[in-house]
Amino acid sequence: MALLDVENLDVSLSTAMGPARAVRGLNISLEKGETLGIVGESGCGKSMTALALMGLLPDNGTTEGTISLQGEDLLLKSEKEMCKIRGNRMAMIFQEPMTSLNPVHTVGRQIMEPLRLHRGLSKSEAFKETIGLMERVGIPNPSERVHNYPHQLSGGQRQRVMIALALSCSPDILIADEPTTALDVTIQDQILELIQNLVDEEGMALILISHDLGVIAENTEKVAVMYGGAVVESGPTDQIFGNLAHPYTQGLFAAMPKLGMGRNGRLTTIPGTVPDLINLPAGCTFTDRCPLATDECGTTAPSISTVEAGHKVTCHHIDQAINGRGEGLYK
Amino acid sequence: MSSSSSQSFFALCLRSRSFMVGGSITAFLLLCALISLFWTPGEVYGISIATRFLPVSAQHWLGTDQFGRDILSLLMAGTQNSITVGVVAVSIGLFAGVGLGLLASARRGWTEELIMRFSDFSFAFPAILSAIMITAILGPGGVNSIIAIGIYNVPVFARLTRGSANAIWTREYVMAARASGKGKFRITIEHILPNILSILIVQATIQFAIAILAEAALSYLGLGTQPPHPSWGRMLNEAQTLMFFQPMQAVYPGGAIALAVFGLNLLGDGLRDVLDPRLSRKR
Repeated sequence: MALLDVENLDVSLSTAMGPARAVRGLNISLEKGETLGIVGESGCGKSMTALALMGLLPDNGTTEGTISLQGEDLLLKSEKEMCKIRGNRMAMIFQEPMTSLNPVHTVGRQIMEPLRLHRGLSKSEAFKETIGLMERVGIPNPSERVHNYPHQLSGGQRQRVMIALALSCSPDILIADEPTTALDVTIQDQILELIQNLVDEEGMALILISHDLGVIAENTEKVAVMYGGAVVESGPTDQIFGNLAHPYTQGLFAAMPKLGMGRNGRLTTIPGTVPDLINLPAGCTFTDRCPLATDECGTTAPSISTVEAGHKVTCHHIDQAINGRGEGLYK
Repeated sequence: MSSSSSQSFFALCLRSRSFMVGGSITAFLLLCALISLFWTPGEVYGISIATRFLPVSAQHWLGTDQFGRDILSLLMAGTQNSITVGVVAVSIGLFAGVGLGLLASARRGWTEELIMRFSDFSFAFPAILSAIMITAILGPGGVNSIIAIGIYNVPVFARLTRGSANAIWTREYVMAARASGKGKFRITIEHILPNILSILIVQATIQFAIAILAEAALSYLGLGTQPPHPSWGRMLNEAQTLMFFQPMQAVYPGGAIALAVFGLNLLGDGLRDVLDPRLSRKR
């Protein structure tokens, strides 16, 4: 039994214009200590997936399918039961360290709270543990910093506090939703390294959500590329980055700025925008933007095919896509 | 650390002119009420027809009224009454209103709908009219007028609380708190309430002024404080018939009411400057 098994997860958000299908038919399987990257551009359902896993969807969201954590279906749990799981067995780090901490409480108090809530520590025990945690996540001078308010810390330090908070109860799964997007590049590296080390030490499973392919390539073992709410390509990270198959993944890759490109070189882009989740096209959702699209793509949804062991792609024209990779699908 | 933040808080207080003026007036009124508990220059309850309508003198600084009572003493004792009404009525409004507002915001759905539509309904009646209605049901009297004004305050606070709490619920740190396993009740107490406290304090001072005004109006109409207890509103009422030959009889209580309301409103404005600098910059 896998640690986390997500089967056929559908998330839809009811809006005034009709239901928006934020996530469709998602399948994820995660073992203890494994790291999974979820990558895709804005609005492809990455964050909704994370929120659905935590049971924190907005009020207008509904879920279908199963999310089983060590065999227990989280979607069947009551809010009260979920409160015991959140922060305890599953924890989450958010994108914006600037706003993820409550401005009116000291950081120490905020780290202490889950310790007291889930592990039932006394105030002095929790305080000691908090200082230990702050030291572990690399906050200098923790016995003084513990009394600081969030506005007295830098962005990187705040994200370290968020990590300490998420780590406090040694969860089985850590979900990091764009943990470094709001930080500058040097701090990004430090934070990612910290997360990586802590995950290794604790044997936690990590779900790392990012739009940055570099971050995903360096920090995960498995990767799922999402587009329009569904996974279009998934498999071991090495295999995917060594053998880009789906036209969308290739597009994401081509769109990365490269060193030595010159000041006047234009960045490659994928034309068009993400599909409207309320009126999804009938066939492949990437049809409008795909350089290889044919009539078939617009009418029938592609099925999942396996390129190599574990490397799965959802596309009608995989061979053509792989063959065209040499000269580039996007000009 | 906490010392530096409290220092800057006091510095801000000193720099806000409306806070200083409003605060001084309010403090002065509080002092009057406090002193009148132990001592007043003349009799408040004793009637002495022989000394009625005495002019301003060293013994009676503001003269005496139609029953021979010292006006300054009546005004001072009236302060007690106004402050009691303000404190109790605002407390009723705060506890019930803030509770309902937080509940609406935490539960959403039909709970929110029910609470908010109910407060809309009570807003449809003007304040004084609903207070008169309530005193008509409960009967006139000091306590009933306090209850009436308190009930009027409930939807004011419910609405404000729910609106500001809803804004806090969408913040990322609330999401982070939920992700760390906190229930809605805990989040409400630990995260929502502290973040809307400054807004509530400011509103409370303004409602305090409104409560004093409402009590004066009810007493003026004979629905509030009953004789012989001193009240600014009743003093106005009694002075009304004497307007043409003893106009100052009406000016004193009127001035006291105006001063109290003015001071409290200034204090509210000042508190807003001090507690929520973002709001004051917008104005």
